[in-house]
Amino acid sequence: MKTRDLFLETYAAITVNKARSGLTVLGIVIGIGSVIALVAIGQGAQGSVESRIESIGSNLILVSPGFQRGVGTQISTGRGSAQTLTQADADAIREEVDGIESLAPEVSRRYQITAAGKNTNTQVVGTVPDYLKVRNVEADLGSFVSPGQVSGVSKVAVLGPITRDDLFGAGVNPIGQIIRINKVEFKVIGVTAAKGGTGFGNQDDQVFVPISTAQRFLAGGDYVTTISVSAKDQGSMTAVQQEITNLLLARHKISSPQQADFNVLNQSDIVAAATSVTGIFTILLASIAGISLLVGGIGIMNMMLTTVTERTREIGLRKAIGGKRSDITLQFLAEAVTLTFIGGFIGVIFGWLLALGVSKFGNTATSISLPSILLAFGVSAGIGLLFGYYPARRAAKLNPIDALRFE
Amino acid sequence: MIECRDIVKTYTSGAEETTVLKGVSLKIVDGEFVAIMGPSGSGKSTLMHILGALDTPTSGTYLLDGQDLSELSDDELAEIRKKKIGFVFQAFNLLPRATVLRNVSLPLVYAEVAIAERDRAARGALARVGLEEERFHHLSNQLSGGQMQRVAIARSLVNNPALILADEPTGNLDTKTGEVVLGTFEKLNREGKTIVLITHEAEVARHAQRVIHIRDGNII
Repeated sequence: MKTRDLFLETYAAITVNKARSGLTVLGIVIGIGSVIALVAIGQGAQGSVESRIESIGSNLILVSPGFQRGVGTQISTGRGSAQTLTQADADAIREEVDGIESLAPEVSRRYQITAAGKNTNTQVVGTVPDYLKVRNVEADLGSFVSPGQVSGVSKVAVLGPITRDDLFGAGVNPIGQIIRINKVEFKVIGVTAAKGGTGFGNQDDQVFVPISTAQRFLAGGDYVTTISVSAKDQGSMTAVQQEITNLLLARHKISSPQQADFNVLNQSDIVAAATSVTGIFTILLASIAGISLLVGGIGIMNMMLTTVTERTREIGLRKAIGGKRSDITLQFLAEAVTLTFIGGFIGVIFGWLLALGVSKFGNTATSISLPSILLAFGVSAGIGLLFGYYPARRAAKLNPIDALRFE
Repeated sequence: MIECRDIVKTYTSGAEETTVLKGVSLKIVDGEFVAIMGPSGSGKSTLMHILGALDTPTSGTYLLDGQDLSELSDDELAEIRKKKIGFVFQAFNLLPRATVLRNVSLPLVYAEVAIAERDRAARGALARVGLEEERFHHLSNQLSGGQMQRVAIARSLVNNPALILADEPTGNLDTKTGEVVLGTFEKLNREGKTIVLITHEAEVARHAQRVIHIRDGNII
């Protein structure tokens, strides 16, 4: 049989019972559509998590105090109040580790903050001017903490935009106003630019003060809670991370990395961890959608089996006038594949619209990739082959004599 | 030219063996109009299936145009049917939602004939059975029984076969339309077609030049 005739026969067969063909196609539409939409939502979430982590800083390495485990014991001394990292550690890293672009120690803790009768409870970050470079922060109004203010232990504060909104109201210029952090008075000298939230607490809801001031008036002691280091380039990150680890192990006189009282986190590790979580999320969504695709495929098989039974005499006739087994197999396979392919096509459009709707009204980023569309087409055609094969073989194996007599 | 030599057909169902044809030998030369007549259960349908290359004998030889068909595979038999045999069935077996032209040209689809050529052949075949041209685009289920059977005869003619096998072609028709259909066969035979008619009615068999009687699997 010629390809063109195969299409004509398929068209004729599918249009004979439009309602049934339509409902069968609908099963595939829903299956493919939900795969496309849910994978788009998953990949969109993945993309936005990645970009938010990237926005924290570039080539960032975070050193934070950890809990120490004694030799041979499982008892941890706890993480919350760990004060194992000091200003001296930060200075030593700056001096001795190669490949560092800039470095910013910080001491942060939540405090109650009051100003002009309003109050809020937020993160107060004592840090140095380099924090701007390391963590991609920009001053929107006024200026950030200056080196002179750090060495002079000035009681000045830079507000995050959300903290500004909470204390003074949205859009108000608070420069020159006085705020009280933990009952100590600070003068507001600037507001940072909005960055959007991240997985590490909202960066816009923070107050920055000079690290020396934070250590003297708020924290009491010269420990630091995080040292943010930015490496010169992506390639040197692992080396820098290793050097910091070795240096701190030596300074803290710890012999084995397993007992380290600090953590050195590489930004790409964080991205990898977050990506693997969202990746699992995507797979989960895709498998739920895959189940509906499977159900759609069974619908195709059901319809094809019914068709074969209904058209037994026709199959008998086709064999009697010279149709070979392969002709009959091909004809029924073509019907199944055409149905699933139409379903796949409409399903891709449907899933696309669904994903667009989700990003417009659900405020969630979605991303439709060409591979997922191609995959959807491949899968729908594959489902047609898979679920159409058994009915088609059944038709082809019919004995023409019995088929012609079938009532 | 058809030649059957000592054809035996045995069906096995479970442990039970039924011999339907018990050594049938016959010869039909080109251009003959032969009726094979017998009561139901005589084995005439089985003989027709073997003559029509729908089935193969258990033993014996069946030569169609000198070619032995008794040992061929399913697909080889399909090839023979496609080229050499036209079928007319009691129940017409037309595609119900297809036009008359599409029904008649269906065998040519499997023969991979070009569409224009197919259309020409189908119109020619329909003209030979005397169907009016205005019906060519009707759906086959809009026709009367006699018209349907003439469409089926046109379909059996369209690939210009060596042999037309008609299995009780008037069984679903009243006497008057049956006469018209049988007249069509007589006309085709006069034009040189070899026709084998299977029937249980002497009235129908009378239209043939020669009648082969079959009973209990033997030719008498």
